[in-house]
Amino acid sequence: MDLLIDALGESFAPATAAFAIAAIGLNFHFGLTGLLNMGQAGFMLLGMYGYAISIRNGLPIWAAILIAMGTAIVFGAILGWPTLKLKGDYLSIVTIAAAEIVRYAGRSQTFVNLTGASVGIRGNEYKGPFEDLSPFPDERITVLWWTYHGSASNSWWLRLVAWTFVGLMLLVFWRLSRSPWGRVLKGIREDEDAVRSLGKNVYWYKMQALIIGGVIGALGGVIWSLGNSVQPDSMGRATTFWIWTLLLLGGAATVFGPVVGSIVFWTALSLVKGLAKLFIPESIMPSTVIEPFALMLVGVTLMLLVIFRPQGLLGNKKELAFHA
Amino acid sequence: MPDPTIVAGIDPVPGVAKPDAILVADGVKRRFGGLTAVDVAHFEVQRNTITALIGPNGAGKSTFFNLLTGFDQAQEGTGTFDGQPLRGMPPAKVARAGMVRTFQLTKALEGMSVMENMRLGAQDQPGENFFTAFVPPLWRAREREITEQAHELLHRFKLYEKRDDSAGSLSGGQRKLLEMARALMSKPTMVMLDEPMAGVNPALTESLLDHIIELKEEGMTVLFVEHDMHMVRRISDWVAVMAQGKLIAEGPAGSVMQNEAVQDAYLGAHHDTDLGEDL
Ligand SMILES: Nc1ncnc2c1ncn2[C@@H]1O[C@H](COP(=O)(O)OP(=O)(O)OP(=O)(O)O)[C@@H](O)[C@H]1O
Ligand SMILES: [Mg+2]
Repeated sequence: MDLLIDALGESFAPATAAFAIAAIGLNFHFGLTGLLNMGQAGFMLLGMYGYAISIRNGLPIWAAILIAMGTAIVFGAILGWPTLKLKGDYLSIVTIAAAEIVRYAGRSQTFVNLTGASVGIRGNEYKGPFEDLSPFPDERITVLWWTYHGSASNSWWLRLVAWTFVGLMLLVFWRLSRSPWGRVLKGIREDEDAVRSLGKNVYWYKMQALIIGGVIGALGGVIWSLGNSVQPDSMGRATTFWIWTLLLLGGAATVFGPVVGSIVFWTALSLVKGLAKLFIPESIMPSTVIEPFALMLVGVTLMLLVIFRPQGLLGNKKELAFHA
Repeated sequence: MPDPTIVAGIDPVPGVAKPDAILVADGVKRRFGGLTAVDVAHFEVQRNTITALIGPNGAGKSTFFNLLTGFDQAQEGTGTFDGQPLRGMPPAKVARAGMVRTFQLTKALEGMSVMENMRLGAQDQPGENFFTAFVPPLWRAREREITEQAHELLHRFKLYEKRDDSAGSLSGGQRKLLEMARALMSKPTMVMLDEPMAGVNPALTESLLDHIIELKEEGMTVLFVEHDMHMVRRISDWVAVMAQGKLIAEGPAGSVMQNEAVQDAYLGAHHDTDLGEDL
């Protein structure tokens, strides 16, 4: 029972919301435009640094969020400028490398005063102003079966804000994907040359898609950092891989796909880990192996998904399936 | 019906100047490695005519289309469309300048509905701007106009019943029709059709020919590539012939096929080509 409650608690955890937001960003890239961004974690990490460093230097929250978004705009423009003119896989290669560069730059001693190098930035250096805004009491609060702190770190307050952000981003995606602007992006996903022949500046639209998706990724990073700490290695290639997994799981190009995908993904992961701990004796599977084991199961699930339901849980096969 | 009066008095020689040329190409060369795919010394298209561009397979017709519409860059040469220099102009800009094209290998946007394909063809939709897109009142009115225009074209091209189907579910011939209808959404001054009739059901080609004639009546200029000489004769005011990258002949449809260079080009390469009954 505790197991189930824990797993269900994951479904509305701040991290789940953060990943849902990052996946909504990726949905602009891949779902709408067909761009293979393999560096969404890099956008998230930039958002985390942008926010945390700004707050630490005394800027107000709104300015810190703007700076987080601004770094993603600059990063997106730098990545898109040389790659979006080219066809095919250049973008994926460059984004995968660029995200690693961001992570290595963050880890490096050169910028230790700014980023804290591989140790990162501790939560209490930048969470304060956000937690001070909390309307909830400064104590642990139990709602139904779940007990979390009202305001500090992994709190009810953060949950409220995180899911409000998810709602906002869903609204942005919904509005844009159903606008003439979104229609141009879908056209580009289907056939760039056809869209060029209809008089649209394809390069510019791809740039806009890359940037808006990256900015949303950075906001996902800000949310994530408010529940954890800023740690470059938490935003490695694996993170990008999870974001892709849950986007494809929920259904690319759908409005709710990223959110459903994130909820199902994190809940299932927690459930699998819990069950494994419960039923597989320590002698067969020591606790250190449980995490990799659960992730392996997720990998297998992803493979099955791509084989048997390439459009994801919510997707429409006619519109967009994952053609591996 | 071809109208001999529009082109009366124009000498049937390759590269001849036209009294009112909308499209001019000069010294256009495109090489792929050692192969010279296009080497057109001079070519003009008379405004408000239907001009056919014919030639054996591999003659360079599609490559020439690509060069004119900005989809490929010539190594040498210049061109103008309606007085604007074409050199270096990106394809989207060429289209916005009023010259739209279709592709030999049809490019229907398969994951989108027929209607969405059509709407995408329209110009001046403010909602295609990122910021305006957030505020539907700024683009709904234009969207209604576009939708109305799309319905009208879909009726004309017998695709109205299919408007909510995904373009991927259409047959090859229907995709050709959709591509042409979509190109017309931008209200172009010139349409470039690369084999518009290929794969279209014979019952439909009739009405497709009528549509092309209608375009001319509406004031547009049509340049189209076609292999079926019967079709070419039926609608073309003027025919230009390419072979091995060069423009080898020009003239009214009735007489151009009698040209010796043309017969050599065709019969040399394709003994089985049907050059039309009254050759
Ligand atoms: N991208 C390319 N790379 C190399 N060669 C090319 C390329 N595009 C075209 N060619 C070559 O250029 C020549 C002209 O091709 P093009 O497609 O223009 O002919 P076409 O007249 O349209 O023929 P068809 O009637 O068969 O469509 C051919 O020999 C072709 O192989
Ligand atoms: Mg061709």
